[in-house]
Amino acid sequence: MAIPGLPIFHRLAGEAPADFARVTAAQWSEAARAVRDSGGRLVALWGADRRDAGAAFCVRAAYATVEGLSILDLHVPEADPSYPDLSGLFVPAGRMQRAVRDLVGLEASGAADARPWLRHGAWGDAEYPLRREFDPAATSPSAPGPYPFVRVEGDGVHEIPVGPIHAGVIEPGHFRLSVVGEKVLRLEARLGYTHKGIDRRFQDFTVEAGHRLAGRCSGDSTVAYAWAYAQAAEALLAVVVPPRARWLRALLLECERIANHLGDLGALGNDAAFGFALAHFSRLREDWLRACDRAFGHRLMMDRIVPGGVAADLRADSRHGIASLSGAVEREARTMRDIYDEHSGLQDRFITAGRVTPDLARALGLAGLAGRASGQAHDLRADFPAEPYDRLAVKVATHPAGDVAARVRVRFEELFESLRLVRAILEGLPDGEVRVELPDARPGAFGVGWVEGWRGEVFVAIEAGEANRIRRAHAHDPSWQNWPVVEHAIMGNIVPDFPLINKSFNLSYSGPDC
Amino acid sequence: MIPILLKALKTGIVTEPAPQAREEWLTRSTEIRNAVLRLLGRALVIREVDAGSCNGCELEIHALGNPYYNLEGLGIRFAASPRHADMLLVTGPVAKNMEQALRIAYEAMPAPKLVVAVGDCGRDGGIFGAGYATCGGVAKVLPVDVTIPGCPPPPIAILEGILAAVSARAAAR
Repeated sequence: MAIPGLPIFHRLAGEAPADFARVTAAQWSEAARAVRDSGGRLVALWGADRRDAGAAFCVRAAYATVEGLSILDLHVPEADPSYPDLSGLFVPAGRMQRAVRDLVGLEASGAADARPWLRHGAWGDAEYPLRREFDPAATSPSAPGPYPFVRVEGDGVHEIPVGPIHAGVIEPGHFRLSVVGEKVLRLEARLGYTHKGIDRRFQDFTVEAGHRLAGRCSGDSTVAYAWAYAQAAEALLAVVVPPRARWLRALLLECERIANHLGDLGALGNDAAFGFALAHFSRLREDWLRACDRAFGHRLMMDRIVPGGVAADLRADSRHGIASLSGAVEREARTMRDIYDEHSGLQDRFITAGRVTPDLARALGLAGLAGRASGQAHDLRADFPAEPYDRLAVKVATHPAGDVAARVRVRFEELFESLRLVRAILEGLPDGEVRVELPDARPGAFGVGWVEGWRGEVFVAIEAGEANRIRRAHAHDPSWQNWPVVEHAIMGNIVPDFPLINKSFNLSYSGPDC
Repeated sequence: MIPILLKALKTGIVTEPAPQAREEWLTRSTEIRNAVLRLLGRALVIREVDAGSCNGCELEIHALGNPYYNLEGLGIRFAASPRHADMLLVTGPVAKNMEQALRIAYEAMPAPKLVVAVGDCGRDGGIFGAGYATCGGVAKVLPVDVTIPGCPPPPIAILEGILAAVSARAAAR
């Protein structure tokens, strides 16, 4: 990316198209404005303690532009650990900056919201888990204190607190609904309940082994995370994976997308009181997971993608099984789509519910599947296609309506496209090795990975330390971008539609809670 | 009317005594239902608590509801409130940010307060271990009846673990 007045970016090695530049605080803000004005988006923002590497603290931002990723590195001195706020330019930056403060102790100066995000009291106010001197055995925890939600006042306004334990079998988080009668005036989410300290935990792993941890940031996207991690590791190790491994990785990613879309399409019908849909889609999902288990040795396909390739080749006798099942699933799903389309009760719940207009989606940075259902036509498989996607011509599904109905429609279209891709990949799968040996990592080597998971873009950055260990790794979930948009989507809708609208985004808690 | 009553009285009761149950004809699903009934006298009600899992275990717990496993057909269902639950089914390494909520859910639950820890994380923290943000397993926080290994355990293993907890309590009576 060329930005006037900025230092020259250098191209990072690896599969993800990424440039890197070190900037000053003024350039940090200037670049953010330039990216926003050119229609780019913020992908991730994270901080690091690099004092052990002879440097200061740093904060890094990854932007997506038409040329790929631009990664900016701003050094932050220990004496004044602050950097310019980006939340005025990119809404999703707000919570990421609060996480950087909770974990690394760097302040976004000028940010309007200074409330803790990931720190609920498990460690002290002036203790920062990602600083080198942090000692997990010597923290000063406190009981979770009150969290100052934004209050809505007026005649008849009351609050409905929900969570962290929700009514169903789902992940924990707290929702504060301010309502008048049945109508929702405001929703505010408080997350962080599933914070597991993953960024610090990465430091206990070698570069070669960290994919297992990355694959457990969000279990429904284990393939996307493991692939993004592997890309980052291979970039810093300067390793090129064999063609067959690339094709198998794409096969795994599409199988993951199919499994999730089948699950969500059933759950969305169920949340609109159409239990019939859940029975059929959950049956199809189970058929699909069993086929994945037979083909790859794990129902959710965990730990299949490893740095250097894939852990094991496709089981020889399963190739035909997946291809024929993909045909059967497609036939049944097309029947189900006709049933959905013609079911007036269902469409009455779906259409206009939880609407996010394309303008709002662009302004708030709505990512991934939900973004495409609000007219944001970004899909890394089509925008920056690496082998095998460069041979497969992925058709990007978009819809301008931005309501629950659009998110259902995009899921159906992506399901059919992924089923086609699965058959095309099995058809074109090249022969050969599926894994290469890894060399030792050079301390300080840095690499990134960027993969279009079923929910949206998963981003991973890794910096190697001594003895092949990870000095700092950061994994970013697209739910960071989308949670604040859910708060807008629900405004003006009725309380009983909240579960349906929330499900239509189906965001991760564990991924962004990290 | 009188002829009808006379006819009934004259005939008397001809019904023969009921036969003994043929236990060997029971299906496995009936045995499971009966095991649950012996312990509780009614259906088993579970409150699931995600205490910081990656959501992988939740996906497999969800699968128990699909028509292949048909959990509700076995007389087992999930409840929204711990006050209606016989069992807590807990996933995750117990994130410290979820520790308080998990304890409150356990306190709210009536007897027999069964606790089943699901997955490698629920067992001992799994890949996340015990750290500044995680307790390192459900047993660090609550008394655990059964631990189901796996990452995530497949649905059938989760069902086996649920039944093991029920039959262990039944045997202890």
